Amino acid sequence: MVGEAVTARDEILARLRTALADDPPPVEVPRRYRRVGDRPDPVAILVDRLEDYRAVVHHGIGALPGLLAEVGRLAVPVDVPADWLAGCPGQVYRDAPPLSPADLDAMDAVLTGCAVAVAETGTIILDAGPAQGRRALTLVPDRHICVVRADQVVGLLPEALTRLDPRAAQTWISGPSATSDIELNRVEGVHGPRRLEIVLVGGTSGA
Amino acid sequence: MRIALFITCVNDVAYPATGIAVTRILRRLGHIVDFPTRQTCCGQMHANTGYRAEAMPMVRNYVDVFDGYDAVVVPSGSCTAMIRDQYPRLHPPAASVAARTYELSELLVDVLGVTDVGADFPETVTYHPTCHGLRMLRLGDRPLRLLRQVRGIRLVELADAEECCGFGGTFALKNPDVSTAMLTDKCARVGETGAQVLAAADNSCLAHIGGGLDRHRSGVRAVHYAEILAATGAAS
Amino acid sequence: MNRPVAPATGGGRIRTRLPFPTAARPAVADTQLRANLHRATRTIRGKRARVVDEVPDWEALRDAGSAIKADVQRRLPELLEQFEASATAAGATVHWARDAAEACRIVVELTRATGADEVVKVKSMATQEIELNEALEAAGIAAYETDLAELIVQLGDDTPSHILVPAIHYNRAQIREIFQRRMPDVPADLSDEPSALAEAARAHLRRRFLSARVAVSGANFAIADTGTLVVVESEGNGRMCLTLPETLISVVGVEKLLPTFTDLEVFLQLLPRSSTGERMNPYTSMWTGVTPGDGPQDVHVVLVDNGRSAVLADPVGRPALSCIRCSACLNVCPVYERAGGHAYGSVYPGPIGAILSPQLTGVADNASLPYASTLCGACYDVCPVKINIPEILVHLRQQAPHPLAERATMGVLSWVMRSPRRWAAALRLARAGAGPLGAYRQRRTGARTLRRLPWPASAWTRSRDLPLPAPQTFREWWGKQ
Repeated sequence: MVGEAVTARDEILARLRTALADDPPPVEVPRRYRRVGDRPDPVAILVDRLEDYRAVVHHGIGALPGLLAEVGRLAVPVDVPADWLAGCPGQVYRDAPPLSPADLDAMDAVLTGCAVAVAETGTIILDAGPAQGRRALTLVPDRHICVVRADQVVGLLPEALTRLDPRAAQTWISGPSATSDIELNRVEGVHGPRRLEIVLVGGTSGA
Repeated sequence: MRIALFITCVNDVAYPATGIAVTRILRRLGHIVDFPTRQTCCGQMHANTGYRAEAMPMVRNYVDVFDGYDAVVVPSGSCTAMIRDQYPRLHPPAASVAARTYELSELLVDVLGVTDVGADFPETVTYHPTCHGLRMLRLGDRPLRLLRQVRGIRLVELADAEECCGFGGTFALKNPDVSTAMLTDKCARVGETGAQVLAAADNSCLAHIGGGLDRHRSGVRAVHYAEILAATGAAS
Repeated sequence: MNRPVAPATGGGRIRTRLPFPTAARPAVADTQLRANLHRATRTIRGKRARVVDEVPDWEALRDAGSAIKADVQRRLPELLEQFEASATAAGATVHWARDAAEACRIVVELTRATGADEVVKVKSMATQEIELNEALEAAGIAAYETDLAELIVQLGDDTPSHILVPAIHYNRAQIREIFQRRMPDVPADLSDEPSALAEAARAHLRRRFLSARVAVSGANFAIADTGTLVVVESEGNGRMCLTLPETLISVVGVEKLLPTFTDLEVFLQLLPRSSTGERMNPYTSMWTGVTPGDGPQDVHVVLVDNGRSAVLADPVGRPALSCIRCSACLNVCPVYERAGGHAYGSVYPGPIGAILSPQLTGVADNASLPYASTLCGACYDVCPVKINIPEILVHLRQQAPHPLAERATMGVLSWVMRSPRRWAAALRLARAGAGPLGAYRQRRTGARTLRRLPWPASAWTRSRDLPLPAPQTFREWWGKQ
């Protein structure tokens, strides 16, 4: 059909089909890697990894009042558990209506929970679920205090993925913001929160 | 076992001592070695420089000459890797003889099961694991296990040993600046060891490193490790 | 109607202007550059080795990663259609670009439609490849790089020299100098401590992040079954760009697909350990179309071919599309360490660039790159998706145009070496011909070597002595037994 406009989409797909004219055989993906952690104390491993990233780890919900005592302006998600804020002397700003970027930039800290944490990689995952809020909330304030329950800690990354909704906007956090761009040496503290503090609740190492 | 020696083109013309050494080691261990004179070259230089069609007659010649032997021993990691890795893809009938082609240390350690070949070499030696032996054949510490059994030898470690010397076949001619920069670093590491002898499993890499060592009058001799394994003190 | 459409090569910053050996010459001679690269690559090699060695199932992860990517390549058309449907259903708008120019045009038009005259950018190889910043600038739109290394390169009016760390060729003192020259707000007594330089970058970009209306990113992965995009980063500049602006435009090579969300369990283990040598990078962001009330509400994805279909068409070279841009192969490459990234003339330097760039452009347009390797194999050993780079290099050398003199020499050598009789005669001739010279050199210098030869042999003798044929070939010795 001469003169018919071929869209870029159709042309690219046609090119790719032509490129596969050799009809490569089906691929069986070998998944012989570990999918479940086999080490006894994932919480202890998580703490080790987080501290390696220079995050600060506190044990027990009892640590929160002490942490919040020095916070003048605290941002929180709308559904933050009330008991986390007990004894917070500063001004608490709930993210409803949504705080503007400038508002968030004026905060001293943000307090949230998380969806799941991966011990082996020291990763805290937020998926906008309970007590987590939207992504900007944990990004703009310079200090992020994150409560992690022991039952949210898994050993390996494959275990974490099964607990997540792929379509939820996610932020995976492994330590404070950092860069390796100068001589390939890692230094902490660039655009994201420069202080990451984890409050571990329950489990073997805390109350 | 019928063992044939594939000497390689470079060794035949420039490093006959290496082939003589392999022959002596195997005879000393009680084996009969054959040298089929219709052998030529493995074709690696052609194939790796982009002349695969021109390499094919050499590939076929290798199969014709060596297919009847139980084992083929090659005093070159690079040529062995060419045969074992590329031949089966280039020429499927070569797969069988390719699988029976061994670099010297593989033949001695894996096939013949020896590490002490009765050598005597009272000098300070450092060993450079050449790339194709290291990463394509996975020779591991086989050459070093053989060298450690040599009477009188003092083995010293080479820093950054696993880093390429910069030879790379025609790379040395096509990219002389980068090749020379790599060579300079390798010669410096060799010099730092204080060794009298630099040993390796490939005379082509040794021609490059040795040529650089000579140019800088380092006094370090570049020697194929087969010649160390063949030495019996009196002769060396 | 169903006439086949031929795969097409691409454009943009993927072509060498000078042959690699020529481009490498000044880099090799630059002692400061050599020292910077030496230091940085040694640092990262050690870090990578430590975090890879602690993973007991690393090889199983590599096998899985390699197979998933091979499966993606085999099913690329259907997975792209699936991605488009999923992302569209989630509220994203998917665009398709045949080449660099078309991709740039789409991004420019989308930006103009918002009324913005500036964009903030997340570090992205795809946008470097298509030369998007230049296209935006030509359209009157300012593009601000926000990754620290990209910012350094942009402020230095330079081009990237490394996939992960585009400013790897600078040391801290040079970076301070660029900041002092180009950042109006930087303190006069700025130190060259990396933490101080990072702080300066934070202060410099903070306002821009908080007020940006349009962001441009790439993506490390695109998930076909969910329509999700994934960006892996360290500094938080990515999160800023992906979260705060109203409009987000992501430029994604068609090869970036993964079939399912679950496949990330492989790649998010392989990538950080291979690239920055960390157990996990500080931040990974994932978004699927538009999330009401959270992040950009105007989300676009530009799927780019720009030569990828040509790579896919070569069954031997195809695995180059498996690359996840980790840079591990650059960091271990002895050639990259000496020549630096600019010598490769493409945004993709190092071993992966030496196989990817010539395939994206057609080998004739990047003919020197497949030869920019000693075939030492260090790259293959560290590749998290097991791309056999040496094998593909050798494969591409077969397609490269060969110099006439070289072709003639190789032809003659092959003619001699294919015949046992001619080869034996040639050996005799070489030994006899070199005999008097060898004996002379032996007397004069104590060695049968030559020190200085005319071109082209001078390429060898400039830095090494050349051995002459031995007084007796091996086969002559054997014959006398």
